[in-house]
Amino acid sequence: MKRFILSLAALAFLVPATAHAAGDQEVPPEHHWSFNGIFGTYDRAQLLRGLEVYRGVCANCHGLKYVRFRDLEAIGLSEDEVKAIAANYTVEGDVDSFGDPTTREAKPFDAFPSPFPNDEAARASNGGALPIDLSLVAKSRVHGPDYIHALIGLGYEENAEPGPTGLYHNPYMAGGYIAMPPPLFDDAVEYHDGTAATVEQMSTDVSAFLMWAAEPKLEARKAIGLKVILFLLVLTGLFYVCKRKLWANVEH
Amino acid sequence: MADQTIGAHEETRRDFLYVATGAVAAVGAAMAIWPFIDQMNPAADVLALSSIEVDLSPVPVGQQITVNWRGKPVFVRHRTEADIEEARAVPIEELRDPQTDEERVVKPEWLVMVGICTHLGCVPLADQGDFDGWFCPCHGSHYDSSGRIRKGPAPLNLAIPGYAFIDDTTIRVG
Amino acid sequence: MQALLNNGFIRWFDNRLPVLSWTNHHMMEYPAPRNLNYAWNFGSLAGLALVLQIVTGIVLAMHYTPHADMAFDSVERIMRDVNYGWLLRYMHANGASFFFIVVYLHIARGLYYGSYKAPREVLWWLGLVILLLMMATAFMGYVLPWGQMSFWGATVITNLFSAIPLIGEPIVQWLWGGFAVGNATLNRFFSLHFLLPFVIVGVVVLHLWALHHKKSNNPLGIDYKGPQDFIPFHPYYTIKDAFGAGVFLILFAIFLFYAPNYMGHPDNYIPADPLVTPAHIVPEWYFLPFYAILRAIPDKLGGVLAMGASIFILFLLPWLDTSRIRSATFRPVFKWFFWLLMIDLVVLGFCGANPPEGFWVPLSQVATVYYFLHFLILLPLIGWFERPRPLPDSIAKPVLKA
Repeated sequence: MKRFILSLAALAFLVPATAHAAGDQEVPPEHHWSFNGIFGTYDRAQLLRGLEVYRGVCANCHGLKYVRFRDLEAIGLSEDEVKAIAANYTVEGDVDSFGDPTTREAKPFDAFPSPFPNDEAARASNGGALPIDLSLVAKSRVHGPDYIHALIGLGYEENAEPGPTGLYHNPYMAGGYIAMPPPLFDDAVEYHDGTAATVEQMSTDVSAFLMWAAEPKLEARKAIGLKVILFLLVLTGLFYVCKRKLWANVEH
Repeated sequence: MADQTIGAHEETRRDFLYVATGAVAAVGAAMAIWPFIDQMNPAADVLALSSIEVDLSPVPVGQQITVNWRGKPVFVRHRTEADIEEARAVPIEELRDPQTDEERVVKPEWLVMVGICTHLGCVPLADQGDFDGWFCPCHGSHYDSSGRIRKGPAPLNLAIPGYAFIDDTTIRVG
Repeated sequence: MQALLNNGFIRWFDNRLPVLSWTNHHMMEYPAPRNLNYAWNFGSLAGLALVLQIVTGIVLAMHYTPHADMAFDSVERIMRDVNYGWLLRYMHANGASFFFIVVYLHIARGLYYGSYKAPREVLWWLGLVILLLMMATAFMGYVLPWGQMSFWGATVITNLFSAIPLIGEPIVQWLWGGFAVGNATLNRFFSLHFLLPFVIVGVVVLHLWALHHKKSNNPLGIDYKGPQDFIPFHPYYTIKDAFGAGVFLILFAIFLFYAPNYMGHPDNYIPADPLVTPAHIVPEWYFLPFYAILRAIPDKLGGVLAMGASIFILFLLPWLDTSRIRSATFRPVFKWFFWLLMIDLVVLGFCGANPPEGFWVPLSQVATVYYFLHFLILLPLIGWFERPRPLPDSIAKPVLKA
């Protein structure tokens, strides 16, 4: 009987594992992220550095449309700092009294806008390739943050030149070629905390930031989960003791 | 079953175990319900939009604009001298919901209030009614030039939202 | 319960609407075989999973927008802005997988202990109807987030109907409400996804009715001889089910809180794009064996028919299994073939998860052939030629002796 259930359970859990098998791209090396594991949390200083990399480098081509400026308060910025960051961006406003469209400074309730007015404009400026929105990239790619880190931090050859098709070789990209030129070079941004901005440092920081952007509730999830599971262990234990007591005098 | 052999002492200990287990399960169920209730409260994006800025410069004396704040109409009225004097001449003991005009404004010429009748939630009409103010067409409540209830079924004056002047011609509501 | 019925008002009320005596009869005094093992926990767990899905689903519907332009955004709003929205959505998404896990285990228990045999054929049929309704509900639910897997999964599965000769094309357009999967499709799938769980509840009621009418099967698979074979459902099986539910919830919580996207697919975090198909489309894990059967047949109509037959053959199972012995405990040959079938299903699952290239193609064909061989040839033959081990006289007897 025990064997029956265990065998079935083992069989059932084997199946989804293979559904994640990746295609013809290299598997990114595993990085030890602060948010891994049961007690993992985001490293606030790292997220702020990652935000600086996003704003200084990625945001030139990539939007972050599901992250609102107000969300940045969760990674340690003050209300005024959030307002100041938002004020650097321009978003569509209401129509004016003549019915013409207007633009305005972004407010904390706005999201990071795409640098291009629409996908067609984005393609036209990038040789036909569409720079994706980065809000969910850490969840929409197999290996998430490891993949981002490997793609922009490890995948490009030194002094990479585009091939004849205009694509760069990058073994971590599906198909092995990517339209994005190498985005990072040493000191591409200047960190507020004085950390040396190496390619490895920046690619790690921005990967962590994008993981936060994709899964902002990760810390609450893990914290609640621990309490729920501890509670359920106690309750299930009590149920088990009750069951043993009740069945003690039943022949079965 | 074969319970007869069990002594009274054993009986109490078993009962305590069952009651304790039931209590733990009940506490767990009660806590598990909270997310299902809380999800109906205003969400983060709704709360983030709860204040607006209004530019007063295009509103001429004697006119009012209506702006949308938290899904409700807010009347912003540029009052005339006559409006102000009339509102301030009313003896306060005559009012159903006693409030002086001074308590209801930041600057006397600007009256800002939530345009929802305190009776049953209709939007009152401007420049109508018996008191040179607002009149609610649903059940006939009359408000004066300070938005105070004067006649009809409504119990309270039109509500004043929290607002502040950012500069001479801009207010922030909420 | 009996104490409650001594109260005058309650007796008066129960006399007019016998909810209490009905509950007492079906959920407390209901005579259950005294020898049920933990494999009999999965039925109540499936009920728990169904309730969890309905409750979280109703709550999610308060925030979700079934429109092609807004669905993906509204799901992200649930994940980011709605209070505990992330928890509710992850519960619903992982709850679907756990629902299938316990239902598949419930079915496997039925296969092993011969619960489909007379007089429980209708009970078995109703269970299969529930399975089919669950599959339809899960498929349409997966479309709702309107990610890449939602869109292309919907495209592939609805296109199955185009295999029908002559009327296939009109049927598919009727399903879509257009010339491709689009807003109209999303809208109707949302409506049906909301409706079908309540249909499932209705069939579950019939399933339980049939169960209580013919009483539960048991690990020995023998008929009951008298009251000494039974114990009242409450408190013995209520507490056992409560313990099972606790274990289930712990496993559920581990996935929900620490690996919420493990059973999902990353591509579904990319908004639906009708112009780009993801490199590798796979259905959710619980459809993989059927998907493998579909792809194993190198013919469109043939594949669809094989996939449909793989489920409908189960309706004939009570007659394909010619043995009069129910429980595999007393069927030495059948027992082996039961496990072979389970391994075959896992192999099919792997085939479904991997691209149809290389050795996966012949492997999935062999596994598909074996699947049908098991039901159509092996089962009848085993029933005729197998020498079962001697059955005990009654449920109570071996139990009491031991």
